[in-house]
Amino acid sequence: MTTLTDPPKEQFRLSMLLYDTRYRSATIQVIAMLCFMLLAAWLINNTAQNLAALGKPIDFGFFSEPASYDINQRLLEYTSRDTHLRAALMGLLNTLVVAVLGCITATIIGVFVGVLRLSSNWLVARIMTVYVEMFRNVPVLLWIVLAMAIMIESLPAPRAFRGEDPTATMKLFDSVAITNRGVYVPEFLFSRSLGNIHLFGDSSLRFDISLDLMAVLVVLALSIFAMRKVAAKAAATQEATGDRPKIWYIQLGLLFVPMAILLTVLGCHFGYPELKGFNFKGGTYMRNSLIALWLALSLYTAAFIAEIVRAGILAISKGQTEAASALGIRPGKTMRLVILPQALRVIIPPMISNYLNLTKNSSLAIAVGYMDITGTMGGITMNQTGRELECVLLLMLAYLIISLSISAVMNWYNNSVKLVER
Amino acid sequence: MSDVSFVRTEMLPEKAPPASEVGVIGWARHNLFSGWFNSALTIVSIAAIYYVLSGVFPWVFQSVWNADSLGECREIMKATWGSTHGHACWGVINDRWEQLLFGFYPSELYWRPIVSLILLLAALSPILFADRVSPKMLILTTAYPFLMVFLMWGGTIWGPLSAAFGFVIAYLIIKYATEAVGELFAMIAGVAVAVIWWLLLSGPIVEALSSAMPIGIEAVASRKFGGFMLAILLGVVAIGVSLPIGIVLALGRQSDLLIVKALCVGFIEFIRGVPLITLLFVASLLLNIFLPPGTNFDIILRVMIMMTLFSAAYMAEVIRGGLAALPRGQYEGADSLGLDYWQAQRLIIMPQALKISIPGIVSTFIGIFKDTTLVSIIGLFDVIGLASAIRADTAWNGIYWELFAFIAFLFFIVCFSMSRYSMYLERKLQTGHH
Repeated sequence: MTTLTDPPKEQFRLSMLLYDTRYRSATIQVIAMLCFMLLAAWLINNTAQNLAALGKPIDFGFFSEPASYDINQRLLEYTSRDTHLRAALMGLLNTLVVAVLGCITATIIGVFVGVLRLSSNWLVARIMTVYVEMFRNVPVLLWIVLAMAIMIESLPAPRAFRGEDPTATMKLFDSVAITNRGVYVPEFLFSRSLGNIHLFGDSSLRFDISLDLMAVLVVLALSIFAMRKVAAKAAATQEATGDRPKIWYIQLGLLFVPMAILLTVLGCHFGYPELKGFNFKGGTYMRNSLIALWLALSLYTAAFIAEIVRAGILAISKGQTEAASALGIRPGKTMRLVILPQALRVIIPPMISNYLNLTKNSSLAIAVGYMDITGTMGGITMNQTGRELECVLLLMLAYLIISLSISAVMNWYNNSVKLVER
Repeated sequence: MSDVSFVRTEMLPEKAPPASEVGVIGWARHNLFSGWFNSALTIVSIAAIYYVLSGVFPWVFQSVWNADSLGECREIMKATWGSTHGHACWGVINDRWEQLLFGFYPSELYWRPIVSLILLLAALSPILFADRVSPKMLILTTAYPFLMVFLMWGGTIWGPLSAAFGFVIAYLIIKYATEAVGELFAMIAGVAVAVIWWLLLSGPIVEALSSAMPIGIEAVASRKFGGFMLAILLGVVAIGVSLPIGIVLALGRQSDLLIVKALCVGFIEFIRGVPLITLLFVASLLLNIFLPPGTNFDIILRVMIMMTLFSAAYMAEVIRGGLAALPRGQYEGADSLGLDYWQAQRLIIMPQALKISIPGIVSTFIGIFKDTTLVSIIGLFDVIGLASAIRADTAWNGIYWELFAFIAFLFFIVCFSMSRYSMYLERKLQTGHH
């Protein structure tokens, strides 16, 4: 009888780090990490040496110094005596403004064009194809510069509105003034305003919250909540009895009546732009650079969104529509309950990356002089203070945060509409 | 039974379809006027097309080609049509087209960028039209990078030759030392020798050779590069160099090694999260701070580095898409044949994954090519930068639309043909069931 002996204990040899698959991956990772750290150390060392030679160590103190330049398009109150930090904040808000406006219009135009490209009308489909190809194949910077040139060169100057026999008139019942300096639209004013809450005292981050706006938002949220309750109740009734009660007039009433009452109580009225002296006063002023950037970015991105929408609709097989009509679902409901949920699943991921592209392309504002964050922190602040390293790094960080938050939000939405598979 | 039949026994000859259903009328009825809504759309569209064309056609064709300044243009317009409005002044293109295409490249050397472009197309042909062009052309493709550098920048021929020689050494060492010391050590040795060659030996040897045998052509400084040529150059270099980097990054992102994966994901997401313009700021302002004190190379090269990193991140995502599209069975098949990781990648995975990603690579290229216009913001004279420079000239002060139209036309031609090529490729690569 033989006894089983233990297998000879394997000695650890150095070559096993390379040839044994158990250790190999660890070896490679350690080497990669070492290389990365060496590279980083080398870059940081170089930077430190160069900065020491230039005599400007990293210092963010310049942010609390007065900016002493003006920002001509802004959301919050700002004067040239404010700090560089506040100027950067204005720039960030301007970036967000143009990104949000651009995403909304690009989506509207894009969906419209994408659907029309599939139109059975040959001529309309061809026109939309021409639009898409024209915008996709020419750099966005050229469109932005072109839009700015159109704004400056071909629109009337404010003085064309003056005099007995003006060469230009205001549009839409004298409420909108389109000039080569920008567009003036009516603004909401409240004669019995609730006032503002001022936050953060005198610091760079100070801002006012309009209580009127808050009231409007609260009422709107309550209305929507009530509408959902009514809809849920109607669904429950339908579940129990099979009849769906008519609720659309209740819904409409819930949406509009409280809002109308609130706006009357607050004394809401329009403030129209008026020509005073050499320029328009009153109303909301959107500078020509904002309009040009907004227009160019939305038209450019819309061409890409149109292709995405078209691909999304084409991806849904015809069998889905036919099956829905075989079940007796009416066309409108087929679109809403069968086609759209499936098409959205195809459309949303590329749509996210187009929103991100639009936001990143908004940094081209610097070409037309719109004061977004690239124009303030990466432009004038950087040139005035000579702090290239700090400014560019913070600029990148700001865009990185914006991009990552957009993709986080959109991915969350994408997950919520995703097909749940077994 | 009588022989009476209540149905017709012989076939009637086929009748021609009614005139309203065939030909132009039938087509128009079906495609343009199939209902009141469609008819309304058609009429609105025709009106819109007429409105646009009636403005554009006279502008384009009733125009002035021979003029040396905008003032002269306007005089000619006034004399010919009575008004200066609604007529293009193509005189600016006639006057400055060479500058718009080549920047400040010396005019007697224009043949060099042109030859580079033709050679580029020839070098790309075995890749783009693999089924029609002989694979022998791949020799040209391999030699092209060095040839292009030599043609565009000029100078001594020994520089590009010695750079190429580094690759040759590395290749030879890897090929012949593999049997002796194993693949891994051969690879490390090859790369190490090549790096030593480039960093230490190549400089003095090139100097010695060029003083002994001064073969070369006139050197052109990169600050003279500009115009549309610069866009093509930046685009081609960025895509060409970023392709291998992108492959490595994509493989890293797919890999099981946690640290490698984290580094690759970090790099890709960082680059994709920031706008190109900030990377160009890095190129123009910060790159010299990041490199050892005293390094100072010209702005075109720095822009090329940043554009390459930028396109590498996008390229990595495109190739990752190609890798993800491959069925799992391909990886398992490679494993079951006993191929190791690199063999499997080289022989099985990459050929298929790259083939799937070519349309994506082409569209990345279109994107990068369009994005090269951004260099005008950091002060390089690409087409848009040159347009502003031309406008700053007193002779052409105030000219906008003609320059924009010309630039848009150039970009449209190149980008549109590339997107058509990508569509052709997608059709050709369609190997699924029909």
